[in-house]
Amino acid sequence: MPASTDTPLLEVRGLSKTFAQRRSLSHIVMSQAPHPLQAVRNVTLTLAPGETLGLVGESGCGKSTLGRCIAGFHEPTEGTVFLRGEKVSGDGYDRQRLSRELQMIFQDPYSSLNPRLTVAQALEEPIRVHGLRRGRGEIADRVDELMSTVGLPPGLKSQLPHAFSGGQRQRISIARALALEPDVIIADEPVSALDVSIQAQILNLFEDLRSRLGLTYLFIAHDLNVVRHISQRIAVMYLGEIVEIADADQLFEDPQHPYTRALLSALPQPDPTRRTEAVSLEGEPPDPSSPPSGCAFNVRCPLAHDACRAQAQELRWRGDHGARCIEAFKRD
Amino acid sequence: MTTTITETPTASPRQRRLPRLNPPLTAGLAMLVILLAAVLLGPLFSPYDPLKVDFAEALRPPGAVHWFGTDNLGRDVLTRVLAAGLVDLQIATVCVVLPFLIGSTVGAVAGYFGGLTDRILMRIVDILWAFPFYVLVIAIVGTLGPSTGNMYLAFTLVVWISFARIVRGEVLSVRQSEYVMAARLLGYSHLRIILRHVLPNAITPAIVYAMADVVLTILAVTALSFLGLGVQPPTPEWGVMIADGRNFIFDAWWISTFPGFAIIYTGIAFTLLGDGLDDLLRPKG
Repeated sequence: MPASTDTPLLEVRGLSKTFAQRRSLSHIVMSQAPHPLQAVRNVTLTLAPGETLGLVGESGCGKSTLGRCIAGFHEPTEGTVFLRGEKVSGDGYDRQRLSRELQMIFQDPYSSLNPRLTVAQALEEPIRVHGLRRGRGEIADRVDELMSTVGLPPGLKSQLPHAFSGGQRQRISIARALALEPDVIIADEPVSALDVSIQAQILNLFEDLRSRLGLTYLFIAHDLNVVRHISQRIAVMYLGEIVEIADADQLFEDPQHPYTRALLSALPQPDPTRRTEAVSLEGEPPDPSSPPSGCAFNVRCPLAHDACRAQAQELRWRGDHGARCIEAFKRD
Repeated sequence: MTTTITETPTASPRQRRLPRLNPPLTAGLAMLVILLAAVLLGPLFSPYDPLKVDFAEALRPPGAVHWFGTDNLGRDVLTRVLAAGLVDLQIATVCVVLPFLIGSTVGAVAGYFGGLTDRILMRIVDILWAFPFYVLVIAIVGTLGPSTGNMYLAFTLVVWISFARIVRGEVLSVRQSEYVMAARLLGYSHLRIILRHVLPNAITPAIVYAMADVVLTILAVTALSFLGLGVQPPTPEWGVMIADGRNFIFDAWWISTFPGFAIIYTGIAFTLLGDGLDDLLRPKG
């Protein structure tokens, strides 16, 4: 892992998450034990203060599980999460404090708000529970302020969620997360469920909040274009592992992992004179409860050879650019 | 919470949070109000005593003097139907409210915490579920002796499992929603999450079931009283009245018919109420 110049605000070290699977009938008939599902495998990450790290990968690659482990919603099976050098996973850390420093924004704006609470009630609750403001007037002022921060007219605060559109609901969720004045926000596909035109607005809001409030984001998405728009660095996940991590521009201009190349070549190219080499992937991602031996990507990789099947790959580094591929950084 | 909303000048009056009455709810409420008024006020205006036996007046058909006629002991059927209504509604309320509270609590705890808690609580529910409803009620009342208190106890012990199952199922699905996850990440206590975020979104089916259960309870009390295990004569009770009148059904149809109508009326009222509440309480959007 290359040394970062800043002290990391958030550090994830060797995090793995395994889910036990239930025995199904076929397991009983075949008298086999079910394989545990390895959702996240040995992920190491750092976030510098004020940075946005984009995390991309296809559905089921473990990116949401990783986000939830970091937020403390899942207990990591292995590995540790540090916030400003302090351990915030496993036992014996202050959950209340973690919630004031790290918040999460969810994908589905329709399920992320309690349908029975008005906007004001939803925003007041965290302020009251954590005692961040005292007295009705101060709390009401703070609610107004939060709503203005996310671009909602405070006059709408006595409305219930059903009165709002998807984009507005996502703004309410963001305001609720901001109520505790966190430093780190884990955004789990916050724009995937929105219309394209609304996506841009919400992404701009994220960017705006970052520069105004000095937030640090772990921005999870499956759309590289969305992530490129907002991230300084991008990590690509495949089957629970980080397969490539680099500065956003570097990743787009000089992708080293064949999976990243495939993802990039699948993006619509707005400039018709620019040709990218077409890399198409075959097949489905393997079952995370029985990953292939060797490099996890070898079954779908156009470059795979015997060495790839024989041995799992570590991340190879050139500067800040890491890629989990035997062929990485070989061309020059 | 409420005050902060009304304090702001921009906030509209709390119109949208006022119940928007829908037709079934309005009809059900109206029927219930009429029923309660009749049951509570009727006896005050009735010139007859529901318990007083007067063989000279026995088996009078409905007419100007006795609107619903008299029974074989000369008691005024209308007065008895109203007095019985009070008894039945009281029993039904207690026999629904207690199981509702116990069952909802158990269901919420089991569904929210899951794991071992859920397994233990739900196995208890399964054991009770394995016995037919009436068998269990009769066994409990039969063992403890017939009295209103024992009947409350028997119904509570037997009926809470239905509420526990309904609420647990709803809680299981509400628990998965992202607002509950968000609530946990916001550092709320489990109690706060259950009471403010989970239960309000999970309790509606239980409330609707409670309305239906009022009717079921009245019928069950009727059955128990018929077997001599419920309300003891001479206390008027709709089921007892129907049972008493069955010997005279061809000569004096009114003895059984009017309490029967009362049960039907009450059933329709609560069914409409349940239907209307379902519409009213279901979250929008």
